[in-house]
Amino acid sequence: MTDVNPQSASRFLDYAPAPESTSILHLKPSYGLFINGEFVDGHGDSFQTISPATEKTIAEISNADSSDVDAAVAAARSAYTRTWSKLSGADRGKYLFRIARLVQERARELAVAESLDNGKPIKESRDVDVPLVAAWFFYYAGWADKLDYAGLGPNPRALGVAAQVIPWNFPLLMLAWKVAPALAAGNTVVIKPAETTPLSALIFAEILQQADLPAGVVNIITGAGDTGEALVNHPDVNKVAFTGSTAVGRAIAKSVAGTGKKVTLELGGKAANIVFDDAPIDQAVEGIVNGIFFNQGHVCCAGSRLLVQENIHDEVVDRLKSRLMTLRLGDPLDKNTDIGAINSREQLERIRELSDIGEKEGADRWTAPCAIPENGFWFAPTIFDNVSTSSTIAREEVFGPVLSVLTFRTPAEAIAKANNTPYGLSAGIWSDKGSKILAVADGLRAGVIWANTFNRFDPASPFGGFKESGYGREGGRHGLAAYLESAGWGSPAAGSTTVSTTRKQASA
Amino acid sequence: MNATTQGLPAQTFQAKALAPAERALSMIGGDLTEKSLRLHLEGLAGVDAVGLEQRAAALGTRSIKTTSKAWALDTIIELIDLTTLEGADTPGKVRSLVAKAVNPDPSDATTPRVAAVCVYGDMVPHAVQALGGAWSRGTDNGINVAAVATAFPSGRSSLAIKIADTSEAVAAGADEIDMVIDRGAFLSGNFGLVFDQIVAVKEACRRADGTYAHLKVILETGELNTYDNVRRASWLAILAGGDFIKTSTGKVAPAATLPVTLLMLEVVRDWHRLTGERIGVKPAGGIRTSKDAIKYLVTVAETVGEEWLTPHLFRFGASSLLNDVLLQRQKLTTGRYSGPDYVTMD
Repeated sequence: MTDVNPQSASRFLDYAPAPESTSILHLKPSYGLFINGEFVDGHGDSFQTISPATEKTIAEISNADSSDVDAAVAAARSAYTRTWSKLSGADRGKYLFRIARLVQERARELAVAESLDNGKPIKESRDVDVPLVAAWFFYYAGWADKLDYAGLGPNPRALGVAAQVIPWNFPLLMLAWKVAPALAAGNTVVIKPAETTPLSALIFAEILQQADLPAGVVNIITGAGDTGEALVNHPDVNKVAFTGSTAVGRAIAKSVAGTGKKVTLELGGKAANIVFDDAPIDQAVEGIVNGIFFNQGHVCCAGSRLLVQENIHDEVVDRLKSRLMTLRLGDPLDKNTDIGAINSREQLERIRELSDIGEKEGADRWTAPCAIPENGFWFAPTIFDNVSTSSTIAREEVFGPVLSVLTFRTPAEAIAKANNTPYGLSAGIWSDKGSKILAVADGLRAGVIWANTFNRFDPASPFGGFKESGYGREGGRHGLAAYLESAGWGSPAAGSTTVSTTRKQASA
Repeated sequence: MNATTQGLPAQTFQAKALAPAERALSMIGGDLTEKSLRLHLEGLAGVDAVGLEQRAAALGTRSIKTTSKAWALDTIIELIDLTTLEGADTPGKVRSLVAKAVNPDPSDATTPRVAAVCVYGDMVPHAVQALGGAWSRGTDNGINVAAVATAFPSGRSSLAIKIADTSEAVAAGADEIDMVIDRGAFLSGNFGLVFDQIVAVKEACRRADGTYAHLKVILETGELNTYDNVRRASWLAILAGGDFIKTSTGKVAPAATLPVTLLMLEVVRDWHRLTGERIGVKPAGGIRTSKDAIKYLVTVAETVGEEWLTPHLFRFGASSLLNDVLLQRQKLTTGRYSGPDYVTMD
């Protein structure tokens, strides 16, 4: 997309390369599993994590088999019983504050690792992912000694050991979303990062060592789907938290049914980004771009369905195309890159397949003109116009930089079309008229609704979905409820201990 | 013109015909009245302040290095209206400013010249004289003389005086006129008055030979206060015939900001999209460092396209910016930072 105007030989817009240096990274050639405060070798066949931008190997990663999962859960259980559950909330908070500060101190390193392993542009890992990671730990650090005010009555109890499985789209941020509230609430954790993006979690393990977090409070095991399955099915976990695809989420819900494990699932989405004719048009175009092309569209809450009022359809699409031509696709570590690499070959194939189906089903495909690097996994920003509600690309989650454009005529039709999906994670509304925004938001069945903005996250704001987008909320006070139970709920059977997490003095 | 609208019934006021400016006639069509102008301006899409500022901030994070930086620094110099607008200005000060404009860095002959010098109207003859052969005389070669006019910076005087102010500067050789709009009239909703005054000043820019001095219309965005107002004022200035829209006088804080300039560039882009005509933009006041100026270049290039990065379509109104650019330029060539004593004062 840097070649909008190829006739002029040298152009200012072909900004000279501005690569972020990788010298700050001190990667080991291979990484073990982080169990009980130490890196240990896994018993499965180790695998390699590659940079999706170059397909070059970054490091060798251990693979946890079921015996490793047992060891990790046992470490978490023991840390819960012996250490973590006996600490006061204020002391747990101190560890969380320490982790947050260390994340800030090592922010550049984490950002480089994230971009290298995930393929996302450095400007996003630097300006969005890592600052939010620190913010999440700071936010929940503040909650650790205030659980009485979490809305669950006095003296709510931790659940015990939390099994957490997270996706590859925001590797470190999803870890923070899971680990921070779990620890604040007094649980211990076994977490499995995605197999294509384990790197930042393993650097995070070093941060935990640096923070002197008691051994076993957080255990990080790497591996593929079978490792995750072994973890969520482990009999000694009290809580399962999963972010990922709806198919896997459904399997998890089935497998934990009847076990007494508490579950939160944050799954797919097919968000509608609704643009009314009285919208602030330039900002709406920015919001559409940010909604679907942020993080290459690998965002569960991405605004993948643009619902634009019919009378401004042509103007919006026209402006959108001009804007997309200024997007810069390429080296994720270049500070001027807007669109990075697709995370894996598998995901790239899926995006291609769904896009081809979209074309076959009659939608008008437009792709931003841009040079695609030779190696690595890339997909140029793509718009499908004249998409019908029955079209596959309007119904299935593409999880890539692909936008479907649909039109509507009235607010009622916009609401109906926005809700006409099995998902219900997020939505966006663009209008200069506040009363219209509130009325439309009222009719939308989505967990997060942005007005005149999109893809904004804050630790104080609960996040989660309706319908097939999952259940439970992460973030804010509501996010604590996923890791606590009210003291009044009778038997604390789920945990192996009854020690209170907040009022140690009172219960002692 | 001013007095005639006072005390008239709303109906008459609304129907008041405006000066038949060419662009407004073709864009708004039909009878050009206070009412039709108002409907047009109020029908423009709103601006979301948070979104606009986020976009400007994002553009500000572009990392311009090595060859791009070298090109950017030279381009910034070529786009500068080197300015002195003080009550204490003297012919000597203006001569000194002109010397700097012609030869910004005596230690490096490859340094480009600035686009123009910008002075008060009474200093135009001194600027013209000091430029001598370096003066453009309205051609593309050489340095232009720009004069602020129309009771700069407040704009608080009668139209007759504004016109006289303008034509006097043009007669003295000013190639460009930087006029101010009547912000009081704009804020009280009297768009027609602002419009008619711009049309009249444009006419006063006419030289004896029938050509026109370039008209830059200063919106004084710091006094307009809202982004919606800035968008309306930008449209109004273009419709009335402005060649450039300019953010500020430099006498009011805040002067130029990146979000305001981005917004004005979006208006210019939309105008080009509708008519094919290119309007210039000039942020002025408060841009003091190369780093800031580069953010503006990025914003221009990514909003209207880099063909706008020519003196015909983009200017910086600045005085201290030049020296910072020269220091950065020296750093690029020599690899070392020097200090303020290694560039001339003005």
